[in-house]
Amino acid sequence: MLLIPCPWCGHRDESEFTCGGEAHIQRPPDPAALDDAEWADYVFMRTNPKGRHRERWCHSHGCGRWFNVERHTVTHDIVAVYRMGETPPDDGDVDGS
Amino acid sequence: MTSQPFRLPDGGAIDRARPVSFSFNGELLTGFSGDTLASALLANGVHLVGRSFKYHRPRGILSAGTEEPNALVQLESGNRSVPNLKATRIELYEGLTATSVNCWPGVRFDAGAVIDVAHRLVPAGFYYKTFMWPHGGWHFYERAIRRMAGMGRAPTGQDPDRYERMNAHCDVLVVGAGPAGMAAAQAAGRDGARVILADERSQPGGSLLNMAANEAGTEPGWSSGVTAELESMKNVRVLSRTTVTGYFDHNFLIALEQVTDHLGPDAPAHLPRQRLWRIRAGRVVLATGALERPLVFANNDRPGVMLAGAARAYVNRFAVLPGRRAVVVTNNDSAYEAALELHAHGVAVAAIVDHRGRPDGTAVRGAEEAGLEVVPGHAVVDTNGRGRVRTAAVARIDGDGTIAGPTRTLACDLILMSGGWSPAAHLFSQSGGRLRYDAALGGFLPDHPRQSVRCAGAINGAADTTACMREGRSAGLDESAVPEAASASPTPPAQRQVFARHRAGEARAFVDFQNDVTAADITLAAREGYESVEHLKRYTTLGMGTDQGKTGNVPGLAILAGTLGAPVPAVGTTTFRPPYEPVTFGAIAGRDVGALADPVRRTPMHAWHEEAGAVFEDVGQWKRPFYYPQPGEDKRAAVARESLAVRNAVGIMDVTTLGKILVCGPDSVEFLNRVYTNAWDSLAVGRCRYGLMLGEDGMVLDDGVTAHLSPNRFLMTTTTGNAARVLAWLEDWLQTEWPDLNVYLTSLTEQFATMALAGPGARQVLAGLVDDIDVAPAAFPFMAWRTGRVAGLPARVFRISYSGEVAYEISVPARHGLDLWTAVLQQRSGYEVTPFGTEAMHVLRAEKGYPMIGQETDGTVTPLDLGMQWILSSKKDFLGRRSLRRSAMLDPSRKRLVGLKTEDPEAVVPEGAQILPMRPSGPPETMIGHVTSSYWSATLRRSIALALVMGGRERESHTVHIPLDHGTLRAEICDPRFYDPEGIRLHG
Repeated sequence: MLLIPCPWCGHRDESEFTCGGEAHIQRPPDPAALDDAEWADYVFMRTNPKGRHRERWCHSHGCGRWFNVERHTVTHDIVAVYRMGETPPDDGDVDGS
Repeated sequence: MTSQPFRLPDGGAIDRARPVSFSFNGELLTGFSGDTLASALLANGVHLVGRSFKYHRPRGILSAGTEEPNALVQLESGNRSVPNLKATRIELYEGLTATSVNCWPGVRFDAGAVIDVAHRLVPAGFYYKTFMWPHGGWHFYERAIRRMAGMGRAPTGQDPDRYERMNAHCDVLVVGAGPAGMAAAQAAGRDGARVILADERSQPGGSLLNMAANEAGTEPGWSSGVTAELESMKNVRVLSRTTVTGYFDHNFLIALEQVTDHLGPDAPAHLPRQRLWRIRAGRVVLATGALERPLVFANNDRPGVMLAGAARAYVNRFAVLPGRRAVVVTNNDSAYEAALELHAHGVAVAAIVDHRGRPDGTAVRGAEEAGLEVVPGHAVVDTNGRGRVRTAAVARIDGDGTIAGPTRTLACDLILMSGGWSPAAHLFSQSGGRLRYDAALGGFLPDHPRQSVRCAGAINGAADTTACMREGRSAGLDESAVPEAASASPTPPAQRQVFARHRAGEARAFVDFQNDVTAADITLAAREGYESVEHLKRYTTLGMGTDQGKTGNVPGLAILAGTLGAPVPAVGTTTFRPPYEPVTFGAIAGRDVGALADPVRRTPMHAWHEEAGAVFEDVGQWKRPFYYPQPGEDKRAAVARESLAVRNAVGIMDVTTLGKILVCGPDSVEFLNRVYTNAWDSLAVGRCRYGLMLGEDGMVLDDGVTAHLSPNRFLMTTTTGNAARVLAWLEDWLQTEWPDLNVYLTSLTEQFATMALAGPGARQVLAGLVDDIDVAPAAFPFMAWRTGRVAGLPARVFRISYSGEVAYEISVPARHGLDLWTAVLQQRSGYEVTPFGTEAMHVLRAEKGYPMIGQETDGTVTPLDLGMQWILSSKKDFLGRRSLRRSAMLDPSRKRLVGLKTEDPEAVVPEGAQILPMRPSGPPETMIGHVTSSYWSATLRRSIALALVMGGRERESHTVHIPLDHGTLRAEICDPRFYDPEGIRLHG
């Protein structure tokens, strides 16, 4: 069970959190302008890297806030945690390195 | 009979002043307090304790600890009974009752042993090869095989014992309280760290407990001194009888504490039987020691064949002689100490048979000086004896282990074997650490850790107690890694790695005793192409028993490697997974059983519903009245009466459970526009609107009515089951995608009690209860809401309807819920108000063709499929809108909502039934849809159903076929609006 540092509450057990999957997927500003493949890519397609991965997590049984976690999918090391709207730590090795 | 004939006259850590009587397979025996079941059985000369899993061969006690594969028993009987416990791990208590598993009618005469005679017919993979014919046959054979294969029996009733879960945090968790673990805990504790020291035994000491007092390698009294010091430190918690069994991510570990198992029925009532500890540790020190390996030779499984280290434990700790005349067979030095100790206690040592050609060193010389015969370059190649070993056949072996000389037969009643020691690296492997094969040690050592974990002592291959303590101290303080020269044992015990010693074709050389996997099974599997260790394991079941291959894994790997002509590390080891030791379901469940398994949510009117005899339905965690049967009524009669009351008079229903979310903020309208499919700009204060929410995939997520309370304030309702999910979904969008929207969401579900008043008399009933609300249709139209006092209570009244009748939902602060409910039932408008439950509501809405979330929708249904194009705004974007235009959504063959009328009006179709376009003619049938809702409609005096059918209403008036277990129903596809399709009554 992961120990996740909520940026608002500090370190808490994974069981207090909900994982929202890959982070930084922006909703297209004009969905109608997309063709089926582009829209399906937004709705359904997610990266599944072996390595560092940025995810959305929500402290659903705590403060209820969503935030971002950069996690190594093999070691489960939590590399970074940052709030919504904050810039992710600059690093080229994320997602599919 | 002589009591305990194999008990030594003195010594041991048992309490001779406290004899304990117990029963094994119906025989009354006596042991002492401090015994395990295994040591007490051995003290009584009982070696035959069970039968093996597959061949039903007689089995004895192999070990003295957690690695025991053979001596499995069923402890106690009735609902307290526990199957498949290791006799070596059960502490004796007064009145203990145990029986052997895997045998019928008894352990001495076991009918299943006929399988052993025919063993050549049941090699590895036998089941896979044999019982797969004819097709589906396995299901037939499986029952018989399971019964034959046995193992213990799980109790069928409720567990009468209490279990607990505990959460703990510490700076340092030390696993194992041997010399290394105690030294680690002592050092960390003195350093001020918060320490937990967990050990599976009843007291700290580890291997010291099994050693003779004079040669422990520690100062006299070291162990008890450290134990006392640890107990006195406030920052140290010592958990005895606690097995750390799982090592998960981020240093989260699970340990099972057997709080009162050792007390049996005398356990004090205030204590739980077991506790499951969930421990989060800053650092972990694994001081889990090493497990001795058996040697593989023909008939190495007879009772009386035992690990050499186990014999030392029985002699030193329990003062029990495991036999009178022993043959010792070994490939390393450690068994010599066992031979000398047994010799000193009067056991005749027939020979020390050493695989090594020229064994040398202190241990060997010591044995020779004591006058013991050492036979170098030889091996035990076979044994004999029924129910107990009687002889050992010894022969010279050459370099690769083949028999190279005549056999010599030695009489004995005990064979002690040692194949070297395997580090107990299970938890290290579970933690994600890499293991490395050490050829000199013949085992897998912890290599590269992935988490904050250090290993200390025999798990690292440390040679002696002094080295263990040194490593322990260093690990406890997390000193930088000890230099290689210091941590490695100065002189690794010379050991010859010949694990297997069997004649070609000899099938009875056991590797995994519990699962009856032999050396021949492994070579056969390798020949058949199961060369990967993972395949070998699954094919032969090597290491898949309750002991998880603690003794057999390494010898099995070595045999596979030998067969393939590859080095052991190339063959690999399987990854160890939790649990290290089995954990009871009771401990996993803890207190979350019975009424505490899941929280129950009740509305403020619940007591009234109970009083009225309601049958309740679980909707999420809520208890909702399903229907209110009156004397003599069954479900159908009650639901019919309730739904007719709504159609013809007035009904009242508790709808408190619907989710209520307050939406506040200047951007509320924009927010609603984005999450609902329809437009919200024009909704005036005082009005409500029905809304539908979609996921981004275009599938229906939830629905409900939202009221405009005041500028920038809306009250949204959701379905009962989705309330939390919808709130989380909306929060997600607000926080992560639309942080620019100034909107706040608050759950008000439990703040208000709500009841629906429905039926042609609803207006008149309401009129009698209010004086400050004008209920006239023109003043209070459909889809409007008003505030005022209802029965003198502050209320909001919403004119909305899910039944198709004139209806009002009255909402009051939760504390007034019961008062209002009773006031409505006692009003004197001339109408009798009938309480109705969820099932009548289901029928009423189905008569109207209203889809229900979770009934007509299942995450694959779009608004178009439900025929709800009217609710999709074309003027704005909303979540899921783009998906509705995907080509797959426009496929005319998608399943769409229709009504179904059975040809026989009395026949109510089961929900979920498949729909065929023509009479069934045998598989494969063409299936065009399924029934989603189906009821008896008392209003229409016939059965009605809703269904999702390919092509939908295009098939209207077609006849379809619904195959059931007994016969096929015919039905006609129709408009799903069975009743009042024009909606006249609603506006009445």
